[in-house]
Amino acid sequence: MNFEFKVQGGDFVRAGNASSQVKKILKQLNVDSAIIKRVVVALYEGEVNIAAHAFNGIINVEIDTERILIKLDDNGPGIPDIDLAMQPGYSTASPIVREMGFGAGMGLPNIKNNSDDFKISSVVGKGTHLEITVNLKSTKEEV
Amino acid sequence: MRACPTEALRVIEGKAHLHANRCIDCGECYRVCPTGAIIVEQDDFQNIFNYKRRVALIPSVLLGQYPDNVTPGMVIQALKNIGFTDVFEVEDSVEYLIPQINEYIAKNQNKKPIISSFCPAIVRLVQVKFPWLVGNILLIRPPLDLTASYIRGMLTSNGVSNNDVGIFYITPCAAKIAAIKSPVGEEFSELNGVINMDLIYNRTLHEIKKKNVNKIPNSFLSDLSARSITWALTNGEAVNIDGRCMAIDGIHNVIEFLEKIENDEVNGVDFLELRACDESCAGGILAAANRFITAELLRNHAKQFLKPDQSSNNQNKLQKYEQLLMGKINLNRVEPRSMVKLDEDMAKAMKKMERVKRLMCYLPGVDCGVCGAPSCLALAEDIVQGEGAISHCVFLQKIMEQNKLDPEHSFRIMKKIWGTNRFYKDCDKPIQNK
Ligand SMILES: Nc1ncnc2c1ncn2[C@@H]1O[C@H](COP(=O)(O)OP(=O)(O)OP(=O)(O)O)[C@@H](O)[C@H]1O
Ligand SMILES: [Mg+2]
Repeated sequence: MNFEFKVQGGDFVRAGNASSQVKKILKQLNVDSAIIKRVVVALYEGEVNIAAHAFNGIINVEIDTERILIKLDDNGPGIPDIDLAMQPGYSTASPIVREMGFGAGMGLPNIKNNSDDFKISSVVGKGTHLEITVNLKSTKEEV
Repeated sequence: MRACPTEALRVIEGKAHLHANRCIDCGECYRVCPTGAIIVEQDDFQNIFNYKRRVALIPSVLLGQYPDNVTPGMVIQALKNIGFTDVFEVEDSVEYLIPQINEYIAKNQNKKPIISSFCPAIVRLVQVKFPWLVGNILLIRPPLDLTASYIRGMLTSNGVSNNDVGIFYITPCAAKIAAIKSPVGEEFSELNGVINMDLIYNRTLHEIKKKNVNKIPNSFLSDLSARSITWALTNGEAVNIDGRCMAIDGIHNVIEFLEKIENDEVNGVDFLELRACDESCAGGILAAANRFITAELLRNHAKQFLKPDQSSNNQNKLQKYEQLLMGKINLNRVEPRSMVKLDEDMAKAMKKMERVKRLMCYLPGVDCGVCGAPSCLALAEDIVQGEGAISHCVFLQKIMEQNKLDPEHSFRIMKKIWGTNRFYKDCDKPIQNK
């Protein structure tokens, strides 16, 4: 089944809405709590990245009995050097964003660590696309 | 129906029905019920006379209920007049507990934040609504249970036969009654019964008004320490526990905060004091006095001491009976009682969720409650679980009338939900004045 959520750039108050909705859904579906936690953490970081770095975005969550696939698409500046952005600690966050407690440069690495499969692609000046897969039968340890 | 924080209430045939596995005994429904139809079960008062030693175990908030000119000493006298032989205070075990709690927190750094086990409604709330957090619950018995063990131990070691000891708790709330009748994390309860505080308030005040009680000058009889007196109030626990502690009262505030804890949005908190009632036990549903006044009164009592752990007498009575309490301080593991899942089997749960989603396209989303469920979503989930019908919705009835459902039938459905009486003229029907 499919769920869609919208994220508005700059709206940190509501960033986190998608992840808490998805948490509720997965609980109702009796998904293992360790897996829910990984999904929620990864999705939350993705949501915040859209709010922090892009203009707006759409999140699509696809659930079946095998896996949870999350696609995040945004309109934004894109990421010029993806390898660099994936480095733990790398951040271009503005002072304002840092003041709000974001901008440690741990978001993308955290998403990768919590997913069983992770894809990222970006076009500078257009936007960024993320694909996060968490397998329901996965035995990956929490990080 | 809508007051219920876990959506456990449904109206069927004009009566409120509780989903037992969702109910956390918080008493919010009792607080708002317009007809007084929801009652808090209690033991027959006469039961106390089945015992030779009839112990009234009173919470400190009881002494905060009475008018200014009634001193605690008079209340104790009145309790004895109505039949009790001994009066003890629940908070007697607080001084003994504080170091135990601190030690537990130090030993369980990986389970932070530790959630207090003090309020039984909160323990149940965590079980049904936050099953991931059950491991955070403090596995130490609350003062009520520990004090009861102490009293029983003390009396029996002084030669009173165990069968002669009847310990009766005077409760300010419904949650405590349920906790005693079906304790969580404990095999048995040391209490013999529970009596509601409103009943005791009425009887003792009657006794005092009849002038059967001597005027006793304003001395706070108990030998509780200052912090024991205020333990059941908001911040009673939190200010006395080491580390970063937070105190939150009111069931809806607690739910909001636990959502954040569950999402890992709050970090570095060591201990959470969570209470279901606004102003904690002073706001218990069976309390007679205004909760703010009660809280103020108790804080004033506590102020007579300079230090929080100071008392007029020996502060730690339980120390003497340490041996006896060993092995009685810990609670067993608390198990989750999740109400949220639609089905054990994920594939089936997904089918049900699809159906709920589809039903929500048709239900009006106004949450009027006419169907007997607290919200459109709750009705949709009931339907999917086989516990409700589409025809219970007045909006959908109108659509169905165009096809097959005749008005007579929809009338019958409404009668079935709300009872026949709702359709008669009644100028005395209970109306909630807000
Ligand atoms: N959706 C996006 N659009 C444009 N740039 C992005 C996007 N997501 C990440 N970036 C870039 O990648 C960098 C690293 O992202 P990452 O999430 O790891 O750290 P951060 O967001 O800066 O800080 P943190 O997530 O720890 O609060 C960001 O600073 C930003 O420059
Ligand atoms: Mg980020």
